[in-house]
Amino acid sequence: MAPALEVRDVVKRYGDKEVLAGVSLTVEDGEFVSLIGPSGSGKSTLLKVIGGLEPAEQGEIRIDGRRAEGRRGLIAYMPQQASLLPWRTVAGNIELALGIAGVPRGEAKRLAREWLGRVGLADYADAWPHTLSGGMQQRVSFIRALLSPQKLMCLDEPFGALDALTRQHMQEWLLSMWEANRRAVLLVTHSIEEALLLSDRIVVLSARPASVLRELAVPFGRPRSAKLWKTPEFAELRDAIYDLLKPAAAGGSDGA
Amino acid sequence: MGNKWMRGWPPLAVIALCAAAWEAAVRLFAIEPYILPSPSAIVREAMQPNVWPRLEMHTLATVWRTLTGLALGVLAGTLLAAVIHLVPGARRAAAPLLVLSQTVPYIVLVPLLLIWLGFGDEPKIVLIMLVCFFPVTVAMLTGLRECDPALRGYLAMIGADRWTIFAKLELPNAVPYLFSGFRIAAAYSVTTTVAAEWFGGGSGLGYYIKLSYSGFQTGRVFAGTIIIIAFSMLMFGLAALIERLVVRWKPEAERRGGHGAGA
Repeated sequence: MAPALEVRDVVKRYGDKEVLAGVSLTVEDGEFVSLIGPSGSGKSTLLKVIGGLEPAEQGEIRIDGRRAEGRRGLIAYMPQQASLLPWRTVAGNIELALGIAGVPRGEAKRLAREWLGRVGLADYADAWPHTLSGGMQQRVSFIRALLSPQKLMCLDEPFGALDALTRQHMQEWLLSMWEANRRAVLLVTHSIEEALLLSDRIVVLSARPASVLRELAVPFGRPRSAKLWKTPEFAELRDAIYDLLKPAAAGGSDGA
Repeated sequence: MGNKWMRGWPPLAVIALCAAAWEAAVRLFAIEPYILPSPSAIVREAMQPNVWPRLEMHTLATVWRTLTGLALGVLAGTLLAAVIHLVPGARRAAAPLLVLSQTVPYIVLVPLLLIWLGFGDEPKIVLIMLVCFFPVTVAMLTGLRECDPALRGYLAMIGADRWTIFAKLELPNAVPYLFSGFRIAAAYSVTTTVAAEWFGGGSGLGYYIKLSYSGFQTGRVFAGTIIIIAFSMLMFGLAALIERLVVRWKPEAERRGGHGAGA
């Protein structure tokens, strides 16, 4: 079976500035992969290339085995801001995203209600998004991506805008949601702990121009819980990744 | 409801106070009614059996013209904004023309429109449209362009096409802007109608005021003017009411802050 996502030797330049210097990674079906790197390393650029918004100068993108360069709508997507349209109800927002992904209207309506109920937001189905807290909005944003029929989900620093406490709750919530509904996930994050807690594999990017510094498998079994944080193995792995991401180890910021 | 009264009475009290001072001044200084009639004299004049039916008739003519011209102007302004927004490059091409159209003094347009379209309602309605479309187009163009970039990025990422982004993001985003343009257009429309009636034709409050003015019927001039003011305010209130009914999704605080001219 073809991997959900295959990125091979992708090079991306803005003018004469190289942002991605030959990045390769794969996400297998049902696998949770985190992409971690210093801020400004080109993680979001890579997502835009995968999403078909930005062309790459070189390299290949395959989604579910098919060439996907410059093609949009092949991924389910959860952005950093919840990005709910303020003039649509919570359920209406989910229905719109599913509609764009090609889910029939009746089916989209049913799915939205059912899943809002499952994540404890049944009472908010007809509410305007601004009446929800940041964490609740991100839960809506997540199930909107989860319900989209595409095989691959891309999460772009989904909890980056939340406060520390909400962020931790959301990570645990996402962990349990994902373990119950395994999908191919590519998570972009700059939190080492978040990557370790959630992923099967972690891809560490260098500073700009980005290349893959290292790929490591996360050895913890599933189901996991937040207790993982306290184990010595967790601390060891965290320190190892932290060392990789140190500015000295990553080299200068600019220059090809 | 009680809250509304609390907010409504101070301006009403100020208006009543001004009217009282006016009344007192006219009586105290014995000002001739053809120079400045007192408020009570204006009301008495308006209520006369040979005046009131004519005021009613001319008011109806003005209201009908204003509403027709405003509706057509807003419609034209909205469509124009959508076309300028959707056709690539049109924004840059059209922007100077839009501004240029507003630098033509509309008083100058009146005789031209009369020559081209005759003395009926057409030239007046075209004039109202010309005045009303601009604030709507400008406000709407801003609203179509200034969408949250995060929302734009999200929709592009999940594969929304140009039309979906227009219909589901840009258009709804432009609605509150459209209403701020609409409120300005509503206020312009009444004065424009009155001015157009002043210049030609045989009906409407503008015509009636001009006629009364020529006959030194100052009381009737004031009566017509008061009706125009009341009508203008009603139009403004109507625009605000429609906005409240249509834009229900905004947070309370943001709604009161609003865009553009708030009353």
